[in-house]
Amino acid sequence: MFNQLFPNVDWVKMWEATYETLYMTIISTGVTFVLGLAIGILLFLTSPHQIWANKIVNLLTGSLVNIFRSIPFIVLIILLIPFTKFLLGTIRGVEAALPALIIGAAPFYARLVLIALREIDKGVIEAARSMGAKTSTIIWKVLIPESMPALLSGITVTAVALVGYTAMAGIIGAGGLGNLAFIDGFQRSREDVTLTATIVILIIVFILQFIGDFITTKTDKR
Amino acid sequence: MIRLKDISKIYKTKNGEITAVKDVNLSINKGEIFGIIGYSGAGKSTMIRLLNGLEKPSSGTVEVNGQQISSATGTQLRQARQKISMIFQHFNLLWSRTVADNIAFPLEIAGVPKAEREKRVGELINLVGLSGRENAYPSQLSGGQKQRVGIARALANNPEVLLCDEATSALDPETTDAILELLLDINKRLGLTIVLITHEMHVIRKICDRVAVMEAGQVVESGEVLQVFQNPQAEITKNFVMQVSGTKESKESIEQILVNYPTGKIVKLTFIGNKTEQPVISQIIKEFDVEVNIVHGNITQTTSGPYGTLIVQIDGKPNQVEQAFKLLETREIQAEVIDHV
Ligand SMILES: Nc1ncnc2c1ncn2[C@@H]1O[C@H](COP(=O)(O)OP(=O)(O)O)[C@@H](O)[C@H]1O
Ligand SMILES: [Mg+2]
Repeated sequence: MFNQLFPNVDWVKMWEATYETLYMTIISTGVTFVLGLAIGILLFLTSPHQIWANKIVNLLTGSLVNIFRSIPFIVLIILLIPFTKFLLGTIRGVEAALPALIIGAAPFYARLVLIALREIDKGVIEAARSMGAKTSTIIWKVLIPESMPALLSGITVTAVALVGYTAMAGIIGAGGLGNLAFIDGFQRSREDVTLTATIVILIIVFILQFIGDFITTKTDKR
Repeated sequence: MIRLKDISKIYKTKNGEITAVKDVNLSINKGEIFGIIGYSGAGKSTMIRLLNGLEKPSSGTVEVNGQQISSATGTQLRQARQKISMIFQHFNLLWSRTVADNIAFPLEIAGVPKAEREKRVGELINLVGLSGRENAYPSQLSGGQKQRVGIARALANNPEVLLCDEATSALDPETTDAILELLLDINKRLGLTIVLITHEMHVIRKICDRVAVMEAGQVVESGEVLQVFQNPQAEITKNFVMQVSGTKESKESIEQILVNYPTGKIVKLTFIGNKTEQPVISQIIKEFDVEVNIVHGNITQTTSGPYGTLIVQIDGKPNQVEQAFKLLETREIQAEVIDHV
């Protein structure tokens, strides 16, 4: 029946493209989580009245984050071509999409991390300081656990955005469902391929959102 | 135990400088409960935060437990803080941790091994009366229970000093009393020095040995609680004493009496300790040809004994009233004539 409704869909290829999209999304989400968290924490701790209060570092980091956050992703990919080429020797394939995906998403996530950290009750940080906690203890045992629900819902939003980014990266040759939809579907006027790729992307997004919401609720003990 | 020398704290803000604490000299003894009372903005929080180095003084020195906190930094300051605990108005518990894990937090900071941590947490939970609640999250507790967790957490590393920043101000009167009793009990049992700040005289009279009154960053009055109650000097102290002696409410009745009895004298008697048990009033009536009207009476318990105020109208021939006054003086009862409200 499937084959009658979608005569042009090559299911093996579709599966391969799905795998590539998942691969790009998962790896880039993972790296974005770590990198964005680190940048977000740096932004937070260097802001006024915080433990590492430092105008220059804060301004510099904040500006970089804002600049990269403001560049449209498709432009960022093009701008990063030389960098990717230097790093990986090629601009084709799933690996080649990762630098652009991470550099595009990490500043966005860093912002969400900053917002999450600002929501932490100041008194709790002060209590930890009054107990003689080191800054590293405050980061690992106060800042991260106390903002966990917001950090998780933030990474869910970012992961969903990254699925979209992988599709865009696909158009310039990174592989995945976006690439399939564009090359096999759009350019060859096979609407059923485009439609199927879209449905699979939607399913991925729904699953990500569901998992994200579930874990977020689970960690929130407030 | 704690010595503040010539302490001033100036905050530099966009709108200029704010002097939060000014020229404070204060000495707190080991094992006592020392209260600092003042209205909001008086500089109490700034002052108590100087004691664990959360704030550094602009000038002067802070010494706690033989260590200069005002100049300590890094590891030295962090280690000192493990022996100077703090509890807060809004408890400041970690919502992401259970009661037991909140109490274990300072032990983790101090590097206590897991098995020992668990044992200590068990003891502390019993001490503050939270048995059975160890696996609850703070959001599942009442205000009083949260403060008990705060206290257990503060005691975890066997501190020498406990700082309380408005620790009962977010609690209802009954819970406030229960928490104050717990603090008193801890003070007696562990010999812990407690410094607490508050805007309620009730808290001071209930558990403090000595008190300092703060206004606009300065200590305007300090001394034994009973003494300050009996003989408040500064205007602000008199207002605070009125909070508990109830003389504020009696203003109206005094007014009425002044109108109804234009003769004689309205006298406020203040007595402390066992003097509250002397039958002075009946003695005055028996010995002199005077009439005594009771306008207002009140006895308050403090940790160092009862403290009472009695407002009476004494009427009669001037020389008889005079002699009645003399008798009061020989009894070391403080008598103050009120001729205006
Ligand atoms: N970090 C700060 N920066 C600037 N001003 C402050 C700061 N902390 C306190 N102040 C000011 O210092 C004064 C005393 O505040 P505080 O010690 O909190 O008083 P209290 O605890 O008695 O209400 C207030 O005028 C307050 O606005
Ligand atoms: Mg305060």
